[in-house]
Amino acid sequence: MPGVDGFMYPNEISLYWSVLIVLYPYITGLVAGAFILASLVRVFRVEAVGPTYRLALLTALAFLLVAPLPLQLHLGHPERSFEMYLTPHRTSAMAMFGFVYLWYLMAVLTVEIWLDYRADIVALSQSTRGWRRLFYRILTLGSSNVSERALHIDERVGWFITLIGIPSAFLLHGYVGFIFGSIKANPWWSSPLMPVVFIFSAMVSGIAAVMLLYMAASRLRRQPIDMRCVDTTAQYLLYTFIVDFSLEMLDLIHRIYEADESFRSLNFMVHTKLWFSQVIVQICFGTLVPILLLAFVQVTKLSTAVRKRLYVISGSLTLIGIFAMRWNVVIGGQLFSKSFLGYTTYKMALATREGLLVSIGLTILPLFILAVLVKLLPPWPKEQHVLQAAAGGD
Amino acid sequence: MNITRRHMLILLPAAAMAWESVLAGTPEDAPNYTMSEHWWSMLIDIPRCIGCGNCVRACQAENDVPDGFFRTWIERYHVDDWNMANPQVISPDGGKEGFPSVAEDDKGKYFFVPKLCNHCADSPCTQVCPVGATFITPDGVVLVDQKYCMGCAYCVQACPYGCRYIHPQKRVADKCTLCYHRITKGLTTACCEACPTGARQLADLKNPNDPIHAFLKTHSVQVLKPQMATGAKVFYNDLDGSVR
Repeated sequence: MPGVDGFMYPNEISLYWSVLIVLYPYITGLVAGAFILASLVRVFRVEAVGPTYRLALLTALAFLLVAPLPLQLHLGHPERSFEMYLTPHRTSAMAMFGFVYLWYLMAVLTVEIWLDYRADIVALSQSTRGWRRLFYRILTLGSSNVSERALHIDERVGWFITLIGIPSAFLLHGYVGFIFGSIKANPWWSSPLMPVVFIFSAMVSGIAAVMLLYMAASRLRRQPIDMRCVDTTAQYLLYTFIVDFSLEMLDLIHRIYEADESFRSLNFMVHTKLWFSQVIVQICFGTLVPILLLAFVQVTKLSTAVRKRLYVISGSLTLIGIFAMRWNVVIGGQLFSKSFLGYTTYKMALATREGLLVSIGLTILPLFILAVLVKLLPPWPKEQHVLQAAAGGD
Repeated sequence: MNITRRHMLILLPAAAMAWESVLAGTPEDAPNYTMSEHWWSMLIDIPRCIGCGNCVRACQAENDVPDGFFRTWIERYHVDDWNMANPQVISPDGGKEGFPSVAEDDKGKYFFVPKLCNHCADSPCTQVCPVGATFITPDGVVLVDQKYCMGCAYCVQACPYGCRYIHPQKRVADKCTLCYHRITKGLTTACCEACPTGARQLADLKNPNDPIHAFLKTHSVQVLKPQMATGAKVFYNDLDGSVR
């Protein structure tokens, strides 16, 4: 049979989880990672990364809004997905998706953004005209009190929400890892380390994404990049990446040393079908190169221009590497037979519901949403001054 | 008790959810059949299987199984001497049209292994279904409510035996039902009926007169992948250690 080597159970020949299911953990990872970066400012008082705070929150929201789309497009009957809310099956790891998602969207992210932007929204509802005025007035939710005491309460509640948000972000993505890690039928997935690896890889991808977005946005706005901010963000990226890579290597070494019944089959798969995506893209170019570049910046004194370039290269490679990691987990986990006697091939379609074009669209869509969010809720310090001036003028 | 608007607002959604649950769990009508009196399983007698493919064809005809997918299939194992870790296995088109003949001087042993859903008592597929569309009946058959399944394929991933697939037209999970529409009417499954050698036998573990009890006492019987601890209920007589 074309595309099949050795023996597959006859129902295993085509893959059931496509590239869309690769996108789902990739996107939720970016959400969780961006939020954790924002929490560095709010909870852990890392003032240096302050300029990325609001951008990180908006990035998390933009990606979170898109996160369910690949799942909906993948489902055979998306119109029945609301059944997960009505009759969730308590023993299913997946059944909690809707609740975790809603909790994170409604109870954490939007509340934190609203509290943080409330004074700005009130100022904008007074300084703008037409539909924008109406829009911001709706966003105030009827609360236009921006007294010092009210803002202090906002600050305290916001801090508390972020505090809840950190375990929630861990839950959001650790839970995605658990969906895979709890499948005992699949030795490529079944690992108690999976949720932890997912959390750290999420942090890595989120931090890299916000760092790149901040640098790109500064360039688009023709504003100088706050290098203290980017240097600190890159430092955190390096530390998180080292933990993430160590965990992945621990998993790998454990598998190699234990060499259980699945090992020969999985080992062969890594050396053939996954060689390019796992060894070359994920481990070499997507992990080792960015770690070495980021470490190089730490131990040398480079000019600002060189550091910027190295950050852009290492950040981009990181995002590619984490995408490759999701690909290798999701697609790799379906390329071998559960009989451990054969391998199949994933053939990605181009213009189908689960094809390449849709995937590209879903990857770009959050950036458009982010552009709209940034326009409506400017996260930049300069605009904040303008806002304050506008609020003072009214 | 006076029911106020406030009470109604609470009660109506709760009643709607309860009704939906009741509808989701309603089995098909089967007069004179009491589910609690049965606990279905199957016995596969490997030395008797001749790999004719009758069972696969009968299953596909009975259950309208789509091309390229299988509710049951047959594998042919070739184990060369002691090399049990590397059996050569084939299942051309699920063994539907039989198997190519074997050269007489070929070394090692050949045998056929029919496969189907193991109707596990602790089935991973039932565990992971996010909406409870996959369930085990009180008489021990794992079924899919195809009007409720949303086609996420998590159950397909969770089945260690490769017994599930997503129906290409219905876009929901599909699998062996142990011919539930037949066995609840006192018939045997289509595959068992079509087997010319009696290699497949439907068995009711709750029926003390079922011949399976005598068979289990006198034969060395195993289930597939016992390390998975799924409570598989398809029992194999004379199962070789090389079988996956």
